[in-house]
Amino acid sequence: MRAVITVIGKDTVGILASVASECANAGVNVTEVTQSILQDLFAMSMMVDISKATIPFRELADRMQDLGEKRNLKIHVMHEDIFNSMHRI
Amino acid sequence: MLNTHDILETITMIEDEHLDVRTITMGISLLDCSDENIDKACDKVYDKICRYAGDLVKTGEDISKEYGIPIIHKRISVTPIAMIAAPCQSMNPVKFAKALERAAQTTGVNFIGGYSALVHKGFAPGDYALIQSIPEALSETEHVCSSVNIGSTKTGINMDAVAKMGRIIRKTAELTADRDCIGAAKLVVFCNAPEDNPFMAGAFHGAGEPDCVINVGVSGPGVVRAALAKAGDCDITEVANLVKRTAFKITRTGQLVAQEAARRLCVPFGIIDLSLAPTPAIGDSVAHILEEMGLETCGAHGTTAALALLNDAVKKGGVMASSHVGGLSGAFIPVTEDAGMIDAARSGALTLTKLEAMTAVCSVGLDMIVIPGDTTADIISGIIADEAAIGMVNTKTTAVRVIPAIGKAAGEELNFGGLLGEGPVMAVNRHSPARFIQRGGRIPAPLQSLKN
Repeated sequence: MRAVITVIGKDTVGILASVASECANAGVNVTEVTQSILQDLFAMSMMVDISKATIPFRELADRMQDLGEKRNLKIHVMHEDIFNSMHRI
Repeated sequence: MLNTHDILETITMIEDEHLDVRTITMGISLLDCSDENIDKACDKVYDKICRYAGDLVKTGEDISKEYGIPIIHKRISVTPIAMIAAPCQSMNPVKFAKALERAAQTTGVNFIGGYSALVHKGFAPGDYALIQSIPEALSETEHVCSSVNIGSTKTGINMDAVAKMGRIIRKTAELTADRDCIGAAKLVVFCNAPEDNPFMAGAFHGAGEPDCVINVGVSGPGVVRAALAKAGDCDITEVANLVKRTAFKITRTGQLVAQEAARRLCVPFGIIDLSLAPTPAIGDSVAHILEEMGLETCGAHGTTAALALLNDAVKKGGVMASSHVGGLSGAFIPVTEDAGMIDAARSGALTLTKLEAMTAVCSVGLDMIVIPGDTTADIISGIIADEAAIGMVNTKTTAVRVIPAIGKAAGEELNFGGLLGEGPVMAVNRHSPARFIQRGGRIPAPLQSLKN
């Protein structure tokens, strides 16, 4: 099962590292990353494989939300199907 | 890899534009719960609902968390209780309402619909007693919703039931006058009631439905409005196309949630209700979509045309996105539940007569309209008869959910709180239809040809 992690907020040092290490702690494998910086707004989307995750989905989402609050970022973890169903026929 | 633009668009829809799945409603048949002993029947009703819907709320919350999409309501609809109560007709059916209330509290759902009767051609055993008990049932329960179908295109309109419902609505409001007359907000009178509607207060589980089913209602007026705002000054053809495209995306989300909920609960998927359901929150208003199209305020001349376009485009976009479509499907215009409608009603731009015209081209009918507390039962029946006639002749569902504000006059307000919202008391035409209503009998079913 794959999920999409999105991170939006002000660009600061170490955003990617902090999200990636949270993934590693949860046994979540990062398969693809795209990021862009518009002026000083940072937007990143990460495709991750959660089939071998060591924690339930809900907890991963909660941990990412806590991380987002700490770093003043908006971080969402969502099942990839929500995007597939909305944008692909 | 998914396109970043698409990902951000979805997140913006959810975060900023109030995209949500409005309701997952589990329909449960209670036909096997009848019993001549009313206490036994009530126990069977309670047990069956709790057995089937025990995991409904948790499943909804899990799906919401995993897919990142809010699922606002988890609800239950049941077989019209008049059918279940028929064998014990000498007893007061309010016991069933209390059993439903207990089941709602145990399962954690926020509404349970089906304290209902279908009397579009006449009253069968159980119907009359149930309708008579509605005021008491709604005043003594919190989560139970009631509906009565009084007409259909194939049968005409049961004017005895129309007359009766005028009195029942008034009495329901009177019994809950200390709580802003909230009882009447949980009671809806239908013509052509759908059997698979997931939305309250009119949800019930029709007799032709399977034992248990999952129906889902989508929402997203804010998303449609935002898409139109971004498009700027395009022509009406483009407006319709944009609404279709947006409705498609909204409905696909609902389809995904419905299939997932059905799979996890091991219950068949029924239908998606293609709806634009507003809430009183800013940015979640159907009236604001109409205003975005170019009306100074909802209720202005041109409102009916704009709403017709919106309603049709929502269906066209949604139909392709879902495998089964049903319920009410279309734009809702509940006055107290829509920030734009509330403002338009307060300013006098939106009147009851304009709303009646609007109901001829959109999803439901006269919905969540607060009327003066001294409105007579005959006038309420007149409102019901007019609305039912629009539904009957146009082969569509129409409904009336008006709330007589006991002790209040036009210009004052009621506040229900939460999603039921608040709104001003709207003036009604005070000329009496009493003699017409009191004749009783049935309006014959209309011709289906010679359509002019």
